[in-house]
Amino acid sequence: MEIKAHITGTVWKIEVGPGDEVEEGDVVMILESMKMEMPVEAEFEGTITEILVKEGEPVKEGQPVALMDEA
Amino acid sequence: MFQKVLIANRGEIACRIATVLRARGVRSVAVYSEADAAAPHVRLADEAVCVGPAPVPQSYLNQDAILAAAQATGAEAIHPGYGLLSENAGFARRCAAAGIVFIGPSPEAIDAMGDKAVARATAAAAGVPVVPGSGGAISDDEAAALAEGIGYPVLVKAAAGGGGIGMQVVTKPEKLARSLQTCRDRGASSFGSDAVYLERYIESPRHIEVQILFDHHGHGVHLFERECTLQRRHQKVVEEAPSAFVQARPDLRDGLYASALALGRAIGYRGAGTVEFIVDPEGRHYFIEVNTRLQVEHPVTEAITGVDLIGWQLDIAAGAPLTLTQDALAIQGAAIECRVYAEDPAKSFLPRPGTIERFDAPTGPGVRVDAGVEAPCEVTPYYDPMLAKLVVAGADRPEAIARTRAALGAFVVEPLTTNLAFLATVMEHDDFQAGRYDTGWLERLAKGRL
Repeated sequence: MEIKAHITGTVWKIEVGPGDEVEEGDVVMILESMKMEMPVEAEFEGTITEILVKEGEPVKEGQPVALMDEA
Repeated sequence: MFQKVLIANRGEIACRIATVLRARGVRSVAVYSEADAAAPHVRLADEAVCVGPAPVPQSYLNQDAILAAAQATGAEAIHPGYGLLSENAGFARRCAAAGIVFIGPSPEAIDAMGDKAVARATAAAAGVPVVPGSGGAISDDEAAALAEGIGYPVLVKAAAGGGGIGMQVVTKPEKLARSLQTCRDRGASSFGSDAVYLERYIESPRHIEVQILFDHHGHGVHLFERECTLQRRHQKVVEEAPSAFVQARPDLRDGLYASALALGRAIGYRGAGTVEFIVDPEGRHYFIEVNTRLQVEHPVTEAITGVDLIGWQLDIAAGAPLTLTQDALAIQGAAIECRVYAEDPAKSFLPRPGTIERFDAPTGPGVRVDAGVEAPCEVTPYYDPMLAKLVVAGADRPEAIARTRAALGAFVVEPLTTNLAFLATVMEHDDFQAGRYDTGWLERLAKGRL
């Protein structure tokens, strides 16, 4: 399953790595847009399999930023 | 007067400063980031220098590049606008060391007002009311005695905190010990300090500020107040001058003006500044802070006084005496500013970068639009979401509101998501028209809780 950016901005901080188990609502990464920091949260419980972006990288709204397997 | 001035900012304020400079026959130098190469502020200036890549720390906060640009172009002064380097005492010192005039107060005044504890102590010493409280770190026993003295509810704050983090409202004595502990824990984990302080909690406050203008010789005036209560995320959205709440209370009004001038004198202020106050529902005012720069919302003051604040900033920085006198200043009518943001009010005011293909700014009697964008243009995620300011003046507040409603109806920004429709909702609301609101009102309106 893809986790998508909900906003156009840049990746400020990545909070998880491949293999990490997350619960629904856990912060996967923090995006920055127009001087505001906004968390990207896991939408369900599962395991992160891949991070698709790097810190400092620009992202577009709807762009997949990480992959996870649903528990 | 200066021959050439560098503008260390972007967006609408850089455009406005460039326009004022041109009107006075002063040459202007814009600075810009790689993302802003095609921005309107670059074309409005006589010269422009790229100071770095898109991220703010590498361009608009890049002091080395900005000072080098000023020296390379022969600019004698730098206007910092608001935000960015405008309240950076270190930058002001570097300008002075390089023989360039920083258009603003002295680095000492910036430093004194930038430190919250020093600012509070300075205000209190000048006879300006401050929120009753400890003013510094206290023990649990001292907190209990103090809370008893000033009366509940009280606010407990982590001394190193900010942005609402590490703050607790305590409604009764039984709950104080637990709140102190929570704040100390939060402060220790988030800010590395368990120091807390305590002050009276002001319920349903208003945010009122007073514009001041001082010259090199210590002559100063106030230019009345601005009502800035309508905010989201502690950022202002709609501002007015004058404040109907203040004007209806002569004691409050006179107290605000006297406090602002006393503080300006106490710190040897120079140039344009703003003294911010919190006002409780009973009309008591308390000092919060001084913004040692031009404010975003300065045009509402210009609209009701006819005074060009940027023009005076330039004159004062160039050493001219302030020829305005308090007796000659008067409030003429009323003015409202609406900040047009690229954001979605329905989704917690989430910023919405994007493309502008159509930008039709309204015109009409009393209508002024200060814009930093045009059509077509790209609104990037690198900077503040404010696109433009709609400033509307009328003979009185109802006329200003009616004209603002009409202007908002004629304002077209497409296809970007903006708060224009939300601003119209504010203007149409009974509470707004009656002046019944506090600092939490706007967020309640957006959440459909009104």
